[in-house]
Amino acid sequence: MGETRKIALTVNGKRYEEEVEVRVTLADFIRHQLGLTGTHLGCEHGVCGACTILFDDRSARSCLMLAVQAEGHDILTVEGIAPSPDKLHPLQQAFHEHHGLQCGFCTPGILTTLIEFLRDNPDPTEQEVRIAISGNLCRCTGYQNIVTATLDAAKRLRAQPAQSP
Amino acid sequence: MKPPPFRYHDPKTVSETVGLLASLENAKLLAGGQSLMPMLNFRFVLPDHIIDLNRVDGLFYIRDAQGALEIGAMTRQRDLEFSEAVRARWPIMHEALLQVGHRQTRNRGTIGGSLCHLDPAAELVSLAMGYDATVMVAGSNGEREVPFAEFPVAYMTPAIEANELVVGVRFPQWAPKRAREVEQAIVGQVPAGTLFRDACESCRKLEAIDDVQAPASYRQHLAAVLSRRALEKAHARLLEAHAVRPH
Repeated sequence: MGETRKIALTVNGKRYEEEVEVRVTLADFIRHQLGLTGTHLGCEHGVCGACTILFDDRSARSCLMLAVQAEGHDILTVEGIAPSPDKLHPLQQAFHEHHGLQCGFCTPGILTTLIEFLRDNPDPTEQEVRIAISGNLCRCTGYQNIVTATLDAAKRLRAQPAQSP
Repeated sequence: MKPPPFRYHDPKTVSETVGLLASLENAKLLAGGQSLMPMLNFRFVLPDHIIDLNRVDGLFYIRDAQGALEIGAMTRQRDLEFSEAVRARWPIMHEALLQVGHRQTRNRGTIGGSLCHLDPAAELVSLAMGYDATVMVAGSNGEREVPFAEFPVAYMTPAIEANELVVGVRFPQWAPKRAREVEQAIVGQVPAGTLFRDACESCRKLEAIDDVQAPASYRQHLAAVLSRRALEKAHARLLEAHAVRPH
């Protein structure tokens, strides 16, 4: 084992203190050390978007960050999106109802990307949604139902009072 | 384990960073990580030391310096994209930024990182070249400035020494320099599709890279087509701005 460091960070509202090897990516740390395997790894070089998480409320590719860089920061993964274990986030609900996924591999990265996007742009056009997910590769859906679900989720989110995330 | 083993340093000041650069062998600076991290994951680079700039004070800013735009090296591409000042006064920078990666990479990617990575296909590199930007570099002997025309010394190799780092970049208000033939062909002429098309044909004579991704002739073709589209877009905007409004 190479050089290690002790880091403290918040993931999905829970505080963690962990010893990490300095060369471990944030993605591997989240999956292997914290056991949060909802964050998926596709390409591991920043192309596919499957590993997207929110880092201090901004989307980022967790395969392109080191775990040590998360010291003192706040992370949201797909596990932290739903308001409770038995209730989906409106975005997740819309994906469920509109068949916005098939195999689901890319879904965690798409959901986290869209959480940020809909917060920045609550009333997007179809074209804006397509641009927003242009950094997320999906090999099943052809994106059509993802876009439909997102536009529907935006409508639902606009109709309800502000909530987090 | 993707990246190779290295020692990790996260200095808090520029002088601490310069000190590390001067004392460490085979060190790499980590800015936004959107190019270096893939290279580490592929093990294309094998540094003994990573010096992370993300906690260095004083490298995150966008400010007006007597009409010029000064940007701290660690300023995220996203912050430039959402800057009202950039949008209002350097609109082409805003346009260019929308073509840089994706939201997820612009949230992390920095202007200094992009300029130092110096990928010839990078939007920010072309922009810095087109604007005749000035790069501010810090080293053991203090700060110096490098005109962007002298910044690339070879393919993906910036004119900075191993013990130096880029701390900022300055964009003058406007300094059109490139594609002079196109400029000369359109100045004083009445805008028209045929004028733009003919003027942009000279882009086919620009020097271009020939590599595995695309032959030079294709890149020259793109330069002609995209330049023409840019002129058409600018012309359409002008017409829109000057459209006679009904009383």
